[in-house]
Amino acid sequence: MSVHTSRTFLWHLRSQVGSVVGQQLRYNSGAAAHTLKIAERIKQKKSDALLGGGQKRIDAQHKRGKLTARERIQLFCDHDSFVEYDMFMEHTCTDFGMEKQKFPGDSVITGHGLVNGRPVYVFSQDFTVFGGSLSSVHSKKICKIMAQAVLVGAPVVGLNDSGGARIQEGVASLAGYADIFQRNVLASGVIPQISLIMGPCAGGAVYSPAITDFTFMVEDTSYLFITGPDVVKSVTNEDVSQQELGGAKTHTSISGVAHKSFANDVDAILQLRNFMGFLPQSNQHPAPIRECSEPCHLDVPMLDTVIPPEATTPYDMLDIIYGIVDERDFFEIMPKYAKNIISGFGRINGRTVGIVGNQPKVAAGCLDINASVKAARFVRFCDAFNIPLITLVDVPGFLPGVTQEHNGIIRHGAKLLYAYAEATVPKLTVITRKGYGGAYDVMSSKHLRGDINYCWPTAEVAVMGAKGAVTILYKGKDDIEKREAEYIDKFASPFSAAQKGFIDDIIEPRTTRWRLSRDLDLLESKKLTNPPKKHGNIPL
Amino acid sequence: MNVPRLLVDACFCFSKHNIRIPTFATATKLSQRRGIYTLDPIDPQEPTFNKILIANRGEIACRIISTAKRMGIKTVAVYSIADAQSMHVKLANERVCIGNSPASESYLLKERIMDAIKLTGAEAVHPGYGFLSENAGFVEQLESENISFIGPSANSITGMGDKLESKRLAAAAGVNTIPGFDGVVKDADHCVEIARNIGYPVMIKASAGGGGKGMRIARSDDDAREGFKLSSQEALSSFGDSRMLVEKFIDNPRHIEIQVLGDKHGNVIFLNERECSIQRRNQKVIEEAPSVFLDDATRKAMGEQAVSLCKKLGYHSAGTVEFLVDENRNFYFLEMNTRLQVEHPITECITGVDLVQQMIRVAKGHKLNITQDDIKINGWAVESRVYAEDPYKNFGMPSIGRLYRYIEPTHLPGVRCDSGIEEGSEISVYYDPMICKLVCYGKDRKEAIDRSIKALDYYVIRGVTHNIPLLRDILTEERFNKGDISTNYLPQVYPDGFKGKQLNVKDKQKLLAMASSLFATNDLRNRQFLNSPRMKIKEKPVEDWKLHIELNEEKYKLHVTQNNGEFIVKVDDGEYTIKKEDIDLAKPLLEVKVNDETDVIQLLSKDASGFYQIIYQGTTYKLYILSQRSAEYLHLMPEKLKSDISKQVRSPMPGLVKTVNCKVGDDVVEGQELCVIEAMKMQNSMIASASGKVKCVNIHPGDTVGDDEILIELA
Repeated sequence: MSVHTSRTFLWHLRSQVGSVVGQQLRYNSGAAAHTLKIAERIKQKKSDALLGGGQKRIDAQHKRGKLTARERIQLFCDHDSFVEYDMFMEHTCTDFGMEKQKFPGDSVITGHGLVNGRPVYVFSQDFTVFGGSLSSVHSKKICKIMAQAVLVGAPVVGLNDSGGARIQEGVASLAGYADIFQRNVLASGVIPQISLIMGPCAGGAVYSPAITDFTFMVEDTSYLFITGPDVVKSVTNEDVSQQELGGAKTHTSISGVAHKSFANDVDAILQLRNFMGFLPQSNQHPAPIRECSEPCHLDVPMLDTVIPPEATTPYDMLDIIYGIVDERDFFEIMPKYAKNIISGFGRINGRTVGIVGNQPKVAAGCLDINASVKAARFVRFCDAFNIPLITLVDVPGFLPGVTQEHNGIIRHGAKLLYAYAEATVPKLTVITRKGYGGAYDVMSSKHLRGDINYCWPTAEVAVMGAKGAVTILYKGKDDIEKREAEYIDKFASPFSAAQKGFIDDIIEPRTTRWRLSRDLDLLESKKLTNPPKKHGNIPL
Repeated sequence: MNVPRLLVDACFCFSKHNIRIPTFATATKLSQRRGIYTLDPIDPQEPTFNKILIANRGEIACRIISTAKRMGIKTVAVYSIADAQSMHVKLANERVCIGNSPASESYLLKERIMDAIKLTGAEAVHPGYGFLSENAGFVEQLESENISFIGPSANSITGMGDKLESKRLAAAAGVNTIPGFDGVVKDADHCVEIARNIGYPVMIKASAGGGGKGMRIARSDDDAREGFKLSSQEALSSFGDSRMLVEKFIDNPRHIEIQVLGDKHGNVIFLNERECSIQRRNQKVIEEAPSVFLDDATRKAMGEQAVSLCKKLGYHSAGTVEFLVDENRNFYFLEMNTRLQVEHPITECITGVDLVQQMIRVAKGHKLNITQDDIKINGWAVESRVYAEDPYKNFGMPSIGRLYRYIEPTHLPGVRCDSGIEEGSEISVYYDPMICKLVCYGKDRKEAIDRSIKALDYYVIRGVTHNIPLLRDILTEERFNKGDISTNYLPQVYPDGFKGKQLNVKDKQKLLAMASSLFATNDLRNRQFLNSPRMKIKEKPVEDWKLHIELNEEKYKLHVTQNNGEFIVKVDDGEYTIKKEDIDLAKPLLEVKVNDETDVIQLLSKDASGFYQIIYQGTTYKLYILSQRSAEYLHLMPEKLKSDISKQVRSPMPGLVKTVNCKVGDDVVEGQELCVIEAMKMQNSMIASASGKVKCVNIHPGDTVGDDEILIELA
């Protein structure tokens, strides 16, 4: 029997498993019986793999309010598009009686699928198999798809739900983590990497999500920490619950470890699918342009009235963002952390843009440590993946204070400066109101290779606010009020910056959307590269 | 002394904000094109003022500016800081900032207005309604400075402004009046005593009041006591005058008012009636002219009494005499408003008279150029007051916000929109939350109502909660259409409060079909990447969608297929065909042909989790649209625990904390007043919805609170 026919035969058998007896009668030979046995084993293994840790554990998973690893993949990928790898891999541990407990595929499901028609590699840790713990095989499976994702140029999405290291495997498990970290780092900036934490993720495991570009969490059912509440209690005598220590709320609002959280597994996965639509496939691909029916050549009158008549009255920068992006569709990154700066993705005329904006509503929109770090990372992601940056500036300066200085606002603030200065993607800037001091420089100014810098009529570009400036300039003089009025007249307008060419035009707010749209088309062919180097030395 | 500085500052701000002052196709301009003012065309030869100042804001300021412009009169707008970018400011030829945002620090300050008049050299002042429109002191001040007041004399205002005095005058002029107590109520006990004498039910109201503020009905001693307390507080904060009066309350009355117009030569005419019975908390919601209830004889009798009162007063401007009309068409004098009314446009529609023009002419000293015989009833007009308020809370609780999208339906026939806002305007806590007076005119009542319904469907308002759901529901309601209405209409028709439009089975299916078409369009669009740099992996084309939709806690299964540029949606026993080209995810309003009928929907929001908000037949529906698989999986997800809201007192709207009547540790009983929130000058008593101990109090008197903020928590 030729190879070809035997293969055909095998497939034939597979499709006719129901009539096995008939087949045996017709081909009464040893070879046939063997092939048949194999076919049956394949079928058995596959159906075992599909069940993961078994029905009981699946039910338990559901009871916890979580979907199974497979359900998550099914929901995440387009219908019927998931292609699984390594369903037959099993762990290799022989200690502690582990050799008797094997599950085909082990504790992770890997492969690739389509999300809205575009390929994506995905791994989904299976909590029903050994609590989703990481064995060396588990690690190898993940590394395999990561390697291929880099080769092909497609994002990797990790759906994390793992109790931690496979203790029975000892150091092999640790090695497995490190292998993943290494892949994460090499893939960083090459393909988008996204982690969705859908259960426990503790100990060394946390560093893979930490390296990936975005970490999302599911509320109430997921947590991330280095050491759990018990260890914390024994070491520092602090009483803390899992959720307080490392739940979604903590990481999205206090630590800044996670970028966003979602209500439950279904919500998270649907949102993640939507999020993928903003991303290019790799650093070799342009920012995606999706079909858009919202006109991009019209004024948006609403923008004219966002800035309140009094310079001291706060407003919501999101109002401006919603007025600029298509269909008010803005995917905010870290909406609950460092709220004095806004970062996120939107589309203009269908093309993905990364938007950074000071938020005057919170702490007057000043730059502090957290805001600088938040925006810096976002800017670097956009730059790495060819996503044009739009920066909306209303910044009174860096936040003064002992805490800020002692915690290193200098080096943290420098991160944002570095990120903007280094970025070579199209950079569009709109100063809506204040552009004061060093913070003005940092926020994608002309001096940091901003391509097109606009001012609204309400803009004031100056070294500092009038009051501060006059106090310094005329220390001890008595006609401070008059001097202040002079200063306001001279600097509380866009003119001084415009006269020097630091901004390209003073524009009516209502025209902002179509101008940005036009500029993005213009800058599509922008070519700019930084000097060759091993890598820069961002002040980490 | 800071007035001049303020002027300079704000003007500076203003000029900064207006690189280009846009031109507006205002509603009134449109109405003019359609020829609403047929009876009194402007005579360009007639002498008139050179420049007038409008001591008001919002729609009425815009309305007055519009007529003034047509008469060739220059206009001056005054504005507060909050209004610096408002439409009336942009429309006027000149503008003067008169102070801070609260009306008490700007529009209500006579001196600031006087300063503005001097600054601009305006010859006359139109006060609009509210603010200083019925302030005799202001009129006297103007008279002493030789500035014309476009309104009645100070005497007329004084006479009619005080309810006690006005009732006496009315009776003397031979006008029917309501039995009541003709004196000032001393305190709550006195109020109870008087109420008992007249016999319950009684109405307790502010002597200086109007617009429903400081007004309460009492049916028992307790009511009387409570009503006196709250009303006098409200009266004090709204009018600076806490004097109260008590009178017999007429159950189930209609509120019908007569528009009058007089000149300085002793001529007075009446311009028929307006039916203003549809009210909530004594504020008008829908008005119409004429009234279905009046026969010619009653109309004539009411009109003649109104004219007789005006003649007695020497009234020389536009004014309104309000009557309560009982079920037997007995009518009683309620009050006279010595100003232009909010709802004056419906009278303009059916009579063809531009009331503002007549007011200006009369103030200049001209004789009326129309006689009683000229006044006819031509067709029917309905005014729906579109407010920024939540109709599901007590038929309307004020809301605030920025109108990020705003399109008036003025392209439809017979529609006039009097508004003072535009896209980008802010509805603030400082002023009345009116968005627009939607006036629809038709040859008869049915046409006027039908046009109103259509106009509401085509109205695009984004950024604030508004009362269109309630307006539209009233207009389609059977009793209203029969004309069977009274001032108790709302509580009678909606005894449990307004709950939103109840769709019939077919309309519900159509809504579901349109919603699923939106979902399918979005799903298809999500795959349309225009710069895909690589060969696509062959994917199975999406052919159909099995969807689960949750609407009003009911679940529906739908199947959507595509054929020849159409979606075919099956839901239960219904099958609906929808053209793909009708579905657009970016347009603010969609005209969708479902089978053979065209429906209008607005997609308010959508998100990736499947949450869609769609406006259909006036009401916003919240739909959760999920694929079958998502829905099955979602079913496995645990329900999030909802907080026990009965233990929380939340603020119903943004406002100011007036008083806090409990402290932590107090035992309170269900129904007890815990605090009072003041918003839009309304005192809202916040009561405990359950008994318990006060766990925490998050507010102090004087705090400003946002919508739905937790004020007080009970343990």
